[in-house]
Amino acid sequence: MTQALPTGTAAPGRTAAAVRLAGVSKAFGSGSGALLALDHVSLDVAPGEFVCLLGASGCGKSTLLNLVADLDAPSAGTIDVGGSRVALMFQEPALFPWLNVTANIELALKTRGVPRSERRARAAELLESVHLGGFAKKRPHQLSGGMRQRVALARALALTVAEEGDERGTVLLMDEPFGALDAMTRDLLHDEIERIWRERGLTVLFVTHNVREAVRLGDRVVLLSSRPGRVVEEFPVPMERPRRIDSTEVARLAATITDRLREEVGRHGA
Amino acid sequence: MALDVRKNEPTDTLAGLDALELAGATARPSPLTRVWSAAWPMLAAIGIALLFWQAVVWSGWKDPWVLPGPTETLPIFFDQITSGSFWAAVGLTMQRALVGFAVSVAIGVLVGALVSRFMVLRRAFGSLITGLQTMPSIAWFPLAILLFQLSEKAILFVVVLGAAPSIANGLIAGVDYTPPILLRAGKVMGLRGINLYRHLIMPASLPSFVAGLKQGWAFAWRSLMAGELLVIIGDTTSLGVLLSHARELNNTADMISYMIVILVIGIVIDQLFGVVDRAIRTRWGLD
Repeated sequence: MTQALPTGTAAPGRTAAAVRLAGVSKAFGSGSGALLALDHVSLDVAPGEFVCLLGASGCGKSTLLNLVADLDAPSAGTIDVGGSRVALMFQEPALFPWLNVTANIELALKTRGVPRSERRARAAELLESVHLGGFAKKRPHQLSGGMRQRVALARALALTVAEEGDERGTVLLMDEPFGALDAMTRDLLHDEIERIWRERGLTVLFVTHNVREAVRLGDRVVLLSSRPGRVVEEFPVPMERPRRIDSTEVARLAATITDRLREEVGRHGA
Repeated sequence: MALDVRKNEPTDTLAGLDALELAGATARPSPLTRVWSAAWPMLAAIGIALLFWQAVVWSGWKDPWVLPGPTETLPIFFDQITSGSFWAAVGLTMQRALVGFAVSVAIGVLVGALVSRFMVLRRAFGSLITGLQTMPSIAWFPLAILLFQLSEKAILFVVVLGAAPSIANGLIAGVDYTPPILLRAGKVMGLRGINLYRHLIMPASLPSFVAGLKQGWAFAWRSLMAGELLVIIGDTTSLGVLLSHARELNNTADMISYMIVILVIGIVIDQLFGVVDRAIRTRWGLD
């Protein structure tokens, strides 16, 4: 398949990284009560790469995404997204309940300066791309959890809309986006996000604590330690796409990564 | 071939799952059924209240000219509500109520907006506003009469002091309890300053604001009734004036008729706020 990168390393030299973290640390609080959430994290994500960040509780996954999304500033180190448009989606859909589905997406387009005359059509196109074209006038609470999360995805994509001729890349940050969904819905959304990633040439940084999910989706799985979060090991995922989460190859690599993760978590109990 | 099947399948499954998840949410009872199911408990309650009243009269606890029964009172009640002078009195009272409530909303919104916006004001006035909310507004009347004599202003003053703190508090609570996850989403969207208020915080605080309005109305109505009994201005006729005249003339049946009207107006307006509140809840899926 076209998108499967042969190795996990971020193809140095080909292009600049879409996201580059160099020695990023983040501490909350100060003095002796300070909590170090991230400790010298360095990571390059190539344009168009799908990277899964994996870790147990307290590995600073969400902190890391907040930093990349520029919602917070690192205590040390640098983060470079090279001018890419960045969008973030969470485990909760976080849609505005007083707006219908289209209006939620149109508001995101409005914040990105899309003129009023274009918003309706752009929103319709985005909804179509997550297969929710027929639900434009519904309110968020009238949809199922999986559908709401697809609207949230469409809204995140709306935040990355480009004008004609804008060649900057798009980085989509996903913070355990399918963590609250049932297994069947989650599997279908894996197919969806993979398709959208490929169609739109997105760069994805996907946080999860589900090892199989990480192997199912990622070109590369980056394992983080907990308290503080450090990069422990990187696992390239050489399998061809589309993958099945229940295939033996996925299970085999997931088992290897799980062992490594357990070893890491075990150090905290010792 | 095998690849084709895999390519088409997820979308179909997705559409199927969507259809399954949304099924069965559409059945709603007809409007007539809903009106009846809301109305019969109320009618039953009125019936029980009338029966209780009649039972007290039958018990001979008070003489019939002190406490007349429903059979004597209701004809007088119907005489009253078909007379023009009575409605003129209701008109004056309602005018005071609406003006007082409107001023309360204006002041409550202004104070609420400032206090929720500035931390210093919050520390300074937050607990004072809550304190005012619990203070019985009738306690303000001696001061109001000293400041404004027996005038419309005295009544307005107390009505506003009764209602505005609740309205301000409703707004403050709404702003405070804007869900953090929505604030985070707003931040990701780059909503800041006035846009953050316009597109996120104001709509998010609407349910709490409406609750504040509803409570504010209840306090305004109570304060107004107390005011009309205490502050009788010249030869104006309001519900409060009618009520105190009826007491002076020992006219219990008239008095009870006015009380019924005061109760019904209070209930009707409270119900109007209830309708708005329910409409918001249904639209947002908060139930």
